[in-house]
Amino acid sequence: MGLLSDPNRRKALTNLLTRLNTPICIVCYLAAIVWFMGLAFEPFTLRTYMSENAMGSTMVEERFSSGERALSLAKEFDAHKRKAGGMPVEWLVKAMQARGLEVFTQSFSRKLPFPDENKERYMVGGRNVYGILRAARAPRTEALVITAPCSPGNSNNQAVGLLLALAQYFRNQIYWAKDIIFLVNEHDLIGMQAWLEGYHHTNITGMEYSPLQGRAGSIQAALALELSGDVITSLDLILEGLNGQLPNLDLTNLFYAFCQKLGALCTIQGKLQRNDWDTAEGYTHAAQTMMLMVLKQACGRSWGDHGLFLRYHIEAASIRGINSFRHYKTDATTIGRLVFVFCIKQWYKHHSVYFFSFCPTVKCYIMEVELICRCRCSCITLAFSVSLQPSSPGMLTVLTPVVISHLTGVALYLLPVHLQEMAVEHFPVSETEAVVLTAIAIYTAGLALPHNTQRLLSGEGTEQGWKVLKLTALLYLAVLLGCTALINFSLGFILAVTLVPITASITPHMPKALCALAMVLLSPAFTILYCVFIYQELIEAPVSVGEGWMLFLSVISQGILDHALYGSLVYPLLALFIYPCWLMFWNILFWN
Amino acid sequence: MAAPLTLLLIVAVTIRAVLFRSSLAELIVERVEVVSPLNAWKRVVEGLALLDLGVSPYSGDVFHETPLMIYLFHFMVDYAEIVFMIADGITAVALYLSIQTYNKNVFRKQKYALESDRYPADCLELLRSPKEMFYIPLKVAMFYLLNPFTILSCVAKSTCGLNNAIIALFILCTLKGSALLSGILLALATYQSIYPLTLFAPALLFFLQRLYIPVNLRRSSFWFFTLQYAFIYVGSLVVITGLSFFLLGSWDFIPSVYGFIFSVPDLTPNIGLFWYFFAEMFEHFRLFFICVFQINVFFYTIPLSIKLKEHPVFLIFMQIANNLEDRPYPTVGDVALYMAFLPAWSHLYRFLRNIFLVSCVLLACSALFPVLWHLWIYAGSANSNFYYAITLLFNFGQILLVSDYFYAYLRREHHLTHGLYLKKKDGTEATLVLK
Repeated sequence: MGLLSDPNRRKALTNLLTRLNTPICIVCYLAAIVWFMGLAFEPFTLRTYMSENAMGSTMVEERFSSGERALSLAKEFDAHKRKAGGMPVEWLVKAMQARGLEVFTQSFSRKLPFPDENKERYMVGGRNVYGILRAARAPRTEALVITAPCSPGNSNNQAVGLLLALAQYFRNQIYWAKDIIFLVNEHDLIGMQAWLEGYHHTNITGMEYSPLQGRAGSIQAALALELSGDVITSLDLILEGLNGQLPNLDLTNLFYAFCQKLGALCTIQGKLQRNDWDTAEGYTHAAQTMMLMVLKQACGRSWGDHGLFLRYHIEAASIRGINSFRHYKTDATTIGRLVFVFCIKQWYKHHSVYFFSFCPTVKCYIMEVELICRCRCSCITLAFSVSLQPSSPGMLTVLTPVVISHLTGVALYLLPVHLQEMAVEHFPVSETEAVVLTAIAIYTAGLALPHNTQRLLSGEGTEQGWKVLKLTALLYLAVLLGCTALINFSLGFILAVTLVPITASITPHMPKALCALAMVLLSPAFTILYCVFIYQELIEAPVSVGEGWMLFLSVISQGILDHALYGSLVYPLLALFIYPCWLMFWNILFWN
Repeated sequence: MAAPLTLLLIVAVTIRAVLFRSSLAELIVERVEVVSPLNAWKRVVEGLALLDLGVSPYSGDVFHETPLMIYLFHFMVDYAEIVFMIADGITAVALYLSIQTYNKNVFRKQKYALESDRYPADCLELLRSPKEMFYIPLKVAMFYLLNPFTILSCVAKSTCGLNNAIIALFILCTLKGSALLSGILLALATYQSIYPLTLFAPALLFFLQRLYIPVNLRRSSFWFFTLQYAFIYVGSLVVITGLSFFLLGSWDFIPSVYGFIFSVPDLTPNIGLFWYFFAEMFEHFRLFFICVFQINVFFYTIPLSIKLKEHPVFLIFMQIANNLEDRPYPTVGDVALYMAFLPAWSHLYRFLRNIFLVSCVLLACSALFPVLWHLWIYAGSANSNFYYAITLLFNFGQILLVSDYFYAYLRREHHLTHGLYLKKKDGTEATLVLK
């Protein structure tokens, strides 16, 4: 307690902090960014390892050899899909029953809050078909899920074919100790959501679905297959789930190890790993992979059908077959073997690795906790600096801007979806556009609000007032970013990088126009816009400004839809917390 | 002053009524920070169902309320929300009136001291003026009613709101000088959750001071009054316990309520320190550590009573706050009760040293509790250690807060007798250090 109770030492410490405040803040901020970019540099990161020997690549003999059969099943499925003009439920039920599974179907329907223009759907109704292979060797308390989506058009037929071929092969083995569920879901994530909610007897998003007739044990792991061609050149492993959740690291390692053993090319974020980390190109490559992962994780949506499993604490990943112009080909047999090995290995419960955060390269993973400290340390130091200025009275004067900012946030959260009909009536736009444009309009209107109300309510702001407000806002921001970084590190990091510099240095005495411009350019909406461009740049499909703008609009509508459909948290977080917090700083700028 | 208080009550009731109707209520009821096994509403409902079926509510290991509480809700279960809102209202009004009385006493004492010229000349700025004291009772009521912790606790229908009401009434009766009512209410509070037992000492000290009886073990008047007060207390405790026995027809509730509090069998995570400690410990040390932890609660009564024997009301505050940190099943509702007293000590502000740090810690912890719970239970990317770390930090914040107020109070008293600007022997400026 010496430090806390001895007044002399305390005084020395506070003096040091006040004097060195600015340098400390700058150093912390830069150190965080440098450290973060350093994560892509291989010697800085820890090597991955198999935390259990049993997960190693020995001890499995993979004999699955019916790749050809899978392809022929895929053709058959394709024909029936065309004939039925959608999911061929009867055929699938028969096919699964013929392979000795217990087959059930589940129907569901969902009305979207507004039409989804990317996928062209509004009133969605469909059926999921799933078959359960009962475990022969153990009580039926645990289960694995292998799933393939039934997508419109020509895609993903091979995945369903492979699923059926695997079912047949698995049925002939006698050593299963877990139930294996083969699931074909319709309307990608919506069907998956209905099935998972039915399986766990929850209803989070107000979806209508029929209860499941057959259940297996509690699901331990899940694998989503996406194959759209007879021949593929590499396998892409997709990890990012809803709200930036990631599966256990062992799952990733397992795949990577087996891909190497079976001689398949395994990529992550569509990028093949390089071994030349000590060259500039190698580093750039790793950094690009990492940035892609950060952006995908930050946007909080599920990038494959596996994403919703993670919410139920089920380890899950998607494998997507990619057909590029590489020389090297992989066939369905290999993928079948891979899935088979996956199922064999799942008898071991994953438990070891908690802090799996990024994959700059597939081989490396990173301790997350240190990073959080870095990014939060910068905010807290800032908060501390303001606190040292005297700030006794006037807590009540702060209340007005805080309440007004939050009301604007609530409006931003509620109004776009609720006002779409009115907007469509009065303006020549479609529903989706109406929602997005309302959101942008409210966002922009919020900029005008605070500094007008301030004048109206309390006249000229006092010097004391803005200091208290800034202290409150900085503390609020620090807590907010800390919590965000804990739940979804990438999102927290991106927000911290853009928000911290301007919010830390803002005062009403700075040149208004210049500062206002800087604040707007670093506001949350512009951050999204930058992310869109950076993402396009990273996946090597750069876009023009106009296209970027259209993408930005669709990103917003998708964000709102993801929230309504699957309960993604990014949109409410931005609308209800980050944006009001940013408005408070905006308020400080126009204090007098 | 009645008008602002009424307005405050209306606002508080409106907030609670809105929250009761919203979808948030279901979420709040499940939070481990807000409800504990001792006071969860779900368990009350379970107990009521068992009672209706003619089974003893204490069979099984779900229900841990006292018999009086279950009979209260036996009649009031349909109006539960109103009961909890009224309880909060009673607490606030009782605290309001008590602090008003206390302030009057303080001011009178200060006036006498001033007239008899007992304060050093440079201490005048430390004296309290009626103007600054005028709004303190209202602030106390506001701190209780609008504290998010109280609101959460009320919306979750945690019965600690009722316990708080009893304790607040006890404080009111004590400060109003009614030994009989104070003894009965203290017995009732003890019956509800045992730990208010430690408030016996401050209440006794207060009455002794009020009746001008010196604390002297050789004086018969001291012993006479102590025995009288103890008799009221123990007598009402016996009557209440006997009443419970006759209501229920068995002594089941003794092990199920008090045994449950003392032996800490339920290790559901909460904001206290017991659960993690006892979950991690080897079984054969359990008894020993339970004794150590439980003695810890009562142990501080003795040194604090000796140090603060001139200031019983501050002692009550210290005891309530201390109790909370060392009890096995604390909830945020209990925290709210002692936080309500903070405005009453607003004159100590200039001597507080860690208030900014403490408020940051408490704020951050309150936000991190649900986040880390989510990461531990749902997302699976954290574990119990993370949650426990926040619990530790939260308790550290509270201890720092209480010790800071303790230090500030003592320091102010020191200055009032020795002058504000202390000099060392060699003439330089001295600083006070708490050791």
